[in-house]
Amino acid sequence: MLKDITLGQYFPGKTVVHRLDPRTKLVLMIAYITALFIAKGLFAYLFMFAVLLTCLTISKIKPKAILRGLRPVFIIIIFTVVLNIFFIRGETILFKYGIIEITAEGVITAVFMASRLMMLIVSTFLLTYTTSPIALTNGLEKMLNPLKKIKLPVHEFAMMMSIALRFIPTLIEETDKIISAQKSRGADFETGGLIKRAKSVLPIIVPLFISAFRRADELATAMESRCYHGGEGRTSMKVLRLSPIDYIALLFGAAIVASVILLGIYTN
Amino acid sequence: MENIIKTEKLEFVYAASDDAPSRIILNKLDLEIEKGTFVTIIGHNGSGKTTLAKHFNAILLPTGGRVFVKGMDTTDESLIIEIRRRVGMVFQNPDNQIVATVVEEDVAFAPENLGYPPNEIRERVDEALKIVGMYDYREHAPHLLSGGQKQRIAIAGVLAMRPECIVFDEPTAMLDPQGREKVINIMHDLRNNHGVTVVLITHHMDEAIGADRLIVMSDGEIFLDGTPRDVFLQTEKLQETGLNIPVTAQLLHKLKDDGFDVSLNALTIDECAETIYGELYANHKN
Repeated sequence: MLKDITLGQYFPGKTVVHRLDPRTKLVLMIAYITALFIAKGLFAYLFMFAVLLTCLTISKIKPKAILRGLRPVFIIIIFTVVLNIFFIRGETILFKYGIIEITAEGVITAVFMASRLMMLIVSTFLLTYTTSPIALTNGLEKMLNPLKKIKLPVHEFAMMMSIALRFIPTLIEETDKIISAQKSRGADFETGGLIKRAKSVLPIIVPLFISAFRRADELATAMESRCYHGGEGRTSMKVLRLSPIDYIALLFGAAIVASVILLGIYTN
Repeated sequence: MENIIKTEKLEFVYAASDDAPSRIILNKLDLEIEKGTFVTIIGHNGSGKTTLAKHFNAILLPTGGRVFVKGMDTTDESLIIEIRRRVGMVFQNPDNQIVATVVEEDVAFAPENLGYPPNEIRERVDEALKIVGMYDYREHAPHLLSGGQKQRIAIAGVLAMRPECIVFDEPTAMLDPQGREKVINIMHDLRNNHGVTVVLITHHMDEAIGADRLIVMSDGEIFLDGTPRDVFLQTEKLQETGLNIPVTAQLLHKLKDDGFDVSLNALTIDECAETIYGELYANHKN
């Protein structure tokens, strides 16, 4: 049952967006988010929306997947909207009851804020839905490489990330087994109040931790046996190389940021 | 013959702690392993066989005596990578040896650590995967493979270093019969066709049958040492250590006790069947 959990959010595919270097996608995502915060006025927002829609269409991400991804942040979006509607004061009063006052300015700001937030989140999907976690880790390691000069353990972080990703399915399977084993000995996970249920998790967590530590120990020995000695002098079988489409995509990204800035200047 | 591994009065002692006295795991052990041979080391739990194996590639360091790999002392820190690339090690649980989420990336782990250029790594990975017959699975996710397949990936991961010797520490203990057979065949293939010295640690007697040499360990010492045939002839001594000879040898011993004139040399199932058939046929004629 736990095995059905999808690992990460990656949807394999062969579109241009999928083929882009993970570093390119990371840079473009950061550029897009920056542009979102620069954007002012209806035109700029419509433009940003159009850009996002085009990218989503190219990447063939299903609308259903986007909606499912947005569900957990829905409460935050509603909260933002409510907060903006009630607390932004303006001239044009639309509704008044006692101290509650809704103004046109408030409604407009709320709509802008909500759409900015949604576009921001959806733009991150564009990265995580089209890039495998391993490619993402590799890309991050490569991008953060210069930070090694100031003694940041970049390689170690990347290695920890990829080992964590590797062991998620293994540990999920193990959790499943432990749950079955405890159930078969009469453990009850379904009934009772909050405290009772929290307590019933303990017989799952303890064996899981013990086993995870044992695995970690064995994995460390196996890695040492295969000559692992940190990131120093380590090479990589697959070298990340920027291809022409990466440069084109980066150019597009620069153009989009520039247009948003220009739109801001001209509409004011 | 040239030695690949040599131990001199190897001692390994767990130091005493608050709640346990010190414990001798390996007791002044002298052992030489010849290059290109298939050596099986057998012993019951706690006989020290795994501890011994971990000394062969400097995972553990002796508390007394010395271990040499191709003449290199394992206590010399500067030689550790040189030693480990020559003596690879495959462990019991395939899950806990696989580092990456893609088969070929995992096999590439060791050559990446050794700093080879990308095209050379590619070549080694492909070669290793072909030897273990997992080349077609190179882009799969390891967690979706069977135990036997995962163990073959782990073997490929070691082979990519092109080691001269591979130590297998109970590699079949967690596998189903099919997976077990495949892994055993690969070990023999490595010894016969790729010039790899194989050291197999096991407690399955029948896995010792095809070996060039069989070492029986007991209480941190070498108890018996010889060809499998010689060792299996010493039934009583073996039973002293709580080990049983393979069923084929057991059957022949019983037949002999019951007055049949069978040779005790047959070890494989085919040889055993042949021997019994020969005896029955001879009886039938009389």
